[in-house]
Amino acid sequence: MRDPGVGLSPERISHLRLLEAESIHIVREVAAEFANPVMLYSIGKDSSVMVRLAEKAFAPGRLPFPLMHVNTTWKFAEMITFRDRFCAERGFELREEINHAALAEGVNPFDHGSSRYTGLMKTQALLAGLKRWGFDAAFGGARRDEEKSRAKERVYSFRDKNGQWEPRAQRPELWNLYNSRIHRGESIRVFPLSNWTELDIWQYIYLESIPIVPLYFAAERPVVTRNGQLIMVDDGRLPLAPGETPAMKRVRFRTLGCYPLTAAIESDATTLPAIIREMLFARNSERAGRLIDHDEEASMEQKKREGYF
Amino acid sequence: MEPATLTDDALIAYLKAHEQKELLRFVTVGSVDDGKSTLIGRLLHDTRGVYDDQLASVRKASARRNLAARAEGAEVDPFEDIDFSLFTDGLQAEREQGITIDVAYRYFATARRKFILADTPGHVQYTRNMATGASTADVAIILVDARLGVLAQTRRHAYITGLLGISELVVAINKMDLVDFEESIFHRLVADCRAVIDGRGFRNVTFIPVSARRGDNVARRSPKMPWYEGPTVLSFLEEVPLDARLAGAPLRFPVQYVIRPDLHYRGYAGTLAVGTLRPGDPVLVLPSGRRSTVEAIDLYHTERASVSAPESVTLRLADEVDVARGDMIVSPEAPPRVRDRLRATLVWMHDRPSDPHRRYLVKHTTRTVPAQIEAVLGRVDLDKLDTAPAEALALNDIGPVVLRLERPLFVDPYAALRATGALIVIDALTNDTVAAGMIDAAEAPPPTGEAARYESPLAAGATKTPKPLGRLVWIRLAPERDRAEAYALTAALETALDARGERVVVTETEASLVNWTTRLAVEAGATVLALVRQAAPDHLAETRSTLGHGQVIVAAVPDAPEGRDAAVAAVLAALAARRDAQA
Repeated sequence: MRDPGVGLSPERISHLRLLEAESIHIVREVAAEFANPVMLYSIGKDSSVMVRLAEKAFAPGRLPFPLMHVNTTWKFAEMITFRDRFCAERGFELREEINHAALAEGVNPFDHGSSRYTGLMKTQALLAGLKRWGFDAAFGGARRDEEKSRAKERVYSFRDKNGQWEPRAQRPELWNLYNSRIHRGESIRVFPLSNWTELDIWQYIYLESIPIVPLYFAAERPVVTRNGQLIMVDDGRLPLAPGETPAMKRVRFRTLGCYPLTAAIESDATTLPAIIREMLFARNSERAGRLIDHDEEASMEQKKREGYF
Repeated sequence: MEPATLTDDALIAYLKAHEQKELLRFVTVGSVDDGKSTLIGRLLHDTRGVYDDQLASVRKASARRNLAARAEGAEVDPFEDIDFSLFTDGLQAEREQGITIDVAYRYFATARRKFILADTPGHVQYTRNMATGASTADVAIILVDARLGVLAQTRRHAYITGLLGISELVVAINKMDLVDFEESIFHRLVADCRAVIDGRGFRNVTFIPVSARRGDNVARRSPKMPWYEGPTVLSFLEEVPLDARLAGAPLRFPVQYVIRPDLHYRGYAGTLAVGTLRPGDPVLVLPSGRRSTVEAIDLYHTERASVSAPESVTLRLADEVDVARGDMIVSPEAPPRVRDRLRATLVWMHDRPSDPHRRYLVKHTTRTVPAQIEAVLGRVDLDKLDTAPAEALALNDIGPVVLRLERPLFVDPYAALRATGALIVIDALTNDTVAAGMIDAAEAPPPTGEAARYESPLAAGATKTPKPLGRLVWIRLAPERDRAEAYALTAALETALDARGERVVVTETEASLVNWTTRLAVEAGATVLALVRQAAPDHLAETRSTLGHGQVIVAAVPDAPEGRDAAVAAVLAALAARRDAQA
């Protein structure tokens, strides 16, 4: 198949192609210089783009590393269905990590608070998975435009032997020359999408026809309203207050995570252009729908120090 | 444009346009007091780069501060309703906590371009942070406070910006509202700035009078300064031409990763550092010196008809050549310099100063090699902008050094080609990134003292003569035998040749590197004593075919000291015979 050449004249490369090239460079660099990398796959739109970029980096070869999904067991059911089909179709090696000990103790987002719940089911499970398989580099789909404290995040983010982030230990990053030297037991998190914005991600999904979880598109879904936010009743585990009854509303999600902690927005957007249109006129940042970030001031900074992505 | 009235067709047209946008990276330089955060907040706000929830929290924080100020009886300017500097206060929080002050990246877009802004703090650690932010930038904006004029730091900022190879500089003369938008003050400052900026290597310098706080000449033209007819900050960023200087640049393709899914496919994956490539183009592979032709350029499911830097692709070559990560595929007619000793200007970024006895690693493109800092040639005094002698470089020092590399790199001067002129220095023990380096156009000076023995064959022979004049003596370091005799033979040969006034170069190298790394020295007429590790018979044949059969003399390394004199005599005789034949 010949290159259609859309927007790719040699003299003038579009910003999306530049972002793509930069991300592919980062993914290859990590695969070449680390012994045992893994790509964290969260099933969300950013992960979907990251995986596509990794496929491009090694085509026609296969991904030289597995994907890992940290399953809190409170993900939307549709996410898990999508994950299993996507990985099977593409022939990806998927590792799933669940904090079974915390699960057995009945840890959940309601009784333990979003912060402690996330610490146990997400951060601890992630660290356990990285340790179990001895991964020394983990790709994550975080972007610098997501949140203020991410704006200064390096592409290669160094973690100590306990998987924790020490701001003082971060190395200067110049040009596209990444220092991949680590001591035994240390690891890095790598963010190949650092320079992408939410609009870039959607645009790329649209241009490349990248499959995404249907929850991003508007549909009638059962929701309850709590503190002014729409929470989807994805299964019977969501405790309903007396008199609280789910109502069917036409909603979709800008970001996906654990269903009790991810607010929906009312929307009629059922196509990618419609989603992008909504986004262009959105007046709130995408993380506004993530209940976990509002827990405390500087919460992202704190979570990162503990080992969260 | 209202969401309700925007049809899918219109939106797809919009997306099409957005897809065609160019990307511009720029860096802002200046201290908090210059109003840099305010300028950035303004740019983000006026290009709708902030969301309502962020705006609301900034309004709230501004109101809180103004309330506190009013309670203390202070006057509060109505423009302070939104403190634009708070949009970027992630760094402020860091400063209060006393942790690393760093480069922060911001994103916004207009109808024409997408922008990545590296925001570097001006006061503390500015050298390290500025260098980091400037390393990927196309444009730099330096802020000058209209009330204070050109300060020592303006000079430093301009120097570092120029050093990092930024060709387009904007000097934003800020706080024009506080000098009554006075035209004469602007012109005086322009003249003052020119005095410290001219000669720093900028292609273009643009001066813009602004008031970041009020938004004058940031995203919209100032009605208060009708005398100014140049661009606003935003219109400049939208219109400045990109990378014109790289048109027609030679190919540099550092190989990142070899893709071999099966026996039928062998692709070399990498990012074009410099240049343009099409199928059918002849290429030269370094360090092997092999030539081939590009068969195809792959990206995912497509074959590309043409690609340019900095795209990431996978090349297939027409011939079976051995290529590995760290090799570089280049234009045969304009190859880079091949150097195992080079001069570079380092920006030192670590608390531990440079140390000539310490082992470092140099990472350049996709190649990482062990290195030593053979000499510090000086330290730049950022106030006087001259170079004073120095023993070592300490944190935030800038200075030219000589790097001695265990294996050669394929380099260009940074001022000509940024991507193949840049390197980082890593401490081999601690793994810290200790310095960033820009390879100088000047070659390393001749080595002195102990270093002389190890002089690179290439430092001497940068000139190209069509026919090799010198010779290469191939001295094999056989792994199964005592190497002491090989070294002793080399030393004896060196002494003998020295006595005859010959230019001698001693190098120890891997067989696969002999061809290229020694070629220029041999061409320039030197006698190269090459101690060769891991030799295979065909490597010798290859070296002969590259340098010319008669140019290569194989020394017979004796088994014991008794045989040394005879071995020296044999080599000297062969060299003499060769010289006679050539004459």
